[in-house]
Amino acid sequence: MQTPETNYKGYFVTLLSLLLLWGVASYIISNPALPNPVDVLALMLSRRELLSHTAVSLLRVIYSLALALSLAFPAGIFSREKVVDTAVSPIIYLLYPIPHIVLLPLYILIFGIGDLSRVLLIATILFFQIAVTTRDAAKQVSEYYVYSILSLGASKFDVYRHVIIPAVMPKIMTALRISIGTAIAVLFFAESFATTSGLGYLIIDSWSRADYKMMYAAITTMALLGFILYVIVESVERRVCRWL
Amino acid sequence: MISVKNISKFFDGLKALDGVTFDVERGESCAIIGPSGCGKSTLLLIMAGILEPSEGEVRVDGRKVNTPLRNAALILQDFGLFPWKTVYDNVALGLRLRGVDRETERKKVKELLKKFGLLGFEKAYPKQLSGGMKQRVAIARAIAIEPQILLMDEPLSSLDALSREEMQNFLLNLWKETGTTMVLVTHSIEEAVFLGKKIIVLTERPGRVKAVVENNEVGDESYRQEEVFFERCKLLRRIIKATL
Ligand SMILES: Nc1ncnc2c1ncn2[C@@H]1O[C@H](COP(=O)(O)OP(=O)(O)OP(=O)(O)O)[C@@H](O)[C@H]1O
Ligand SMILES: [Mg+2]
Repeated sequence: MQTPETNYKGYFVTLLSLLLLWGVASYIISNPALPNPVDVLALMLSRRELLSHTAVSLLRVIYSLALALSLAFPAGIFSREKVVDTAVSPIIYLLYPIPHIVLLPLYILIFGIGDLSRVLLIATILFFQIAVTTRDAAKQVSEYYVYSILSLGASKFDVYRHVIIPAVMPKIMTALRISIGTAIAVLFFAESFATTSGLGYLIIDSWSRADYKMMYAAITTMALLGFILYVIVESVERRVCRWL
Repeated sequence: MISVKNISKFFDGLKALDGVTFDVERGESCAIIGPSGCGKSTLLLIMAGILEPSEGEVRVDGRKVNTPLRNAALILQDFGLFPWKTVYDNVALGLRLRGVDRETERKKVKELLKKFGLLGFEKAYPKQLSGGMKQRVAIARAIAIEPQILLMDEPLSSLDALSREEMQNFLLNLWKETGTTMVLVTHSIEEAVFLGKKIIVLTERPGRVKAVVENNEVGDESYRQEEVFFERCKLLRRIIKATL
């Protein structure tokens, strides 16, 4: 297995190469639509408004993740229980394949143009991703593990605490990592429409104003946001799934 | 006394057990031997009160078994240990589920780990252990709760010949010292004769009792070298091979 240190070195080298590539490309093309990375980075460090838009976006993503996880985790886990499964499975199976992204106009109508409708949109999409993965993982936990702990005198609560939850943890962490990518993508969409805050808004706004440096600064920040969240989930995973 | 009465078990159409009847006296050791797939593991799970029989019943000291036995420990074939728990936590699990205080738990677990040559592996996870070590951990966990009945499903199958004999001696002495009622599923004729005061031979699936061999000479490590032992093994081999 790779140690975290070599990992970070790898990230760093890749990042530098990307920046270099970007710089060379912008030099060759020499078109304002592809500004040079040094200017963009300088802008990122100097403009305060970028920070406040980032904070808004970050909060939206975190609220959505928390909301989705807190509903999808129990819904997925308890699908092992027949009662829950007969109630939850049809809902998941009917609604999962629908493109939830089209719900944005509807959510805005119902919940207003504030943060709520955007958080709910992201959370809806993440809910299905996490719930489906968790449900499948929970169902795959071997009955024999359950038998084993029942024979030690476990209650139903113990079965979940000592067997089902730890057993599905790796799958949940994978689902979370995938969710981060989805969350950022949906965030861009949710913020590009009827709002004046967030990185998505900033990208669209600077694009329409032909402020390409700002547009690139916002895009880079959004990428960075996704990357940092990903790294956080990964380090939580290492901690939680030490046994793997 | 465990009394198995006319147990049959169907798995959606497939008959795994067919009218199995036998008794195990309190403090007696009983070996169950039979071809692969004849329902031995199923029978053990039914005896432990974890699976429900399709027909018949199990009684322990006269009381019908319909929930997992509280005074019994079960060692399962492959899923005995929880891969997400350390050696220490695996061994301590039964005690923890019974609400034993931490100090007593620590003492007990340390004592068992020492006894099984597992000191220094407290923090290791099962995947870091050899097959033999895993089985020792599984046995340690089962006897940590000082069960009156010990149900074991091929607990020694992945040990090399020498450590297997060592563990057989260990189980024999445990049985003599504690007077635990032991039920042992095994594929090894020698093991059945060395450890089973009573040997139940099952037929091919659906498992039926083919013969009950009384083997009253068990109880000493030197039994392995005795003439009767070899005779008994020969007899058992003949019975297993015989077609009815
Ligand atoms: N939960 C289950 N659902 C369906 N079929 C099952 C189930 N458990 C066991 N069986 C079937 O019942 C039969 C007996 O299985 P069991 O595991 O009890 O055999 P066994 O004697 O322990 O075999 P082995 O010696 O290989 O461990 C097998 O044919 C098996 O496929
Ligand atoms: Mg078996």
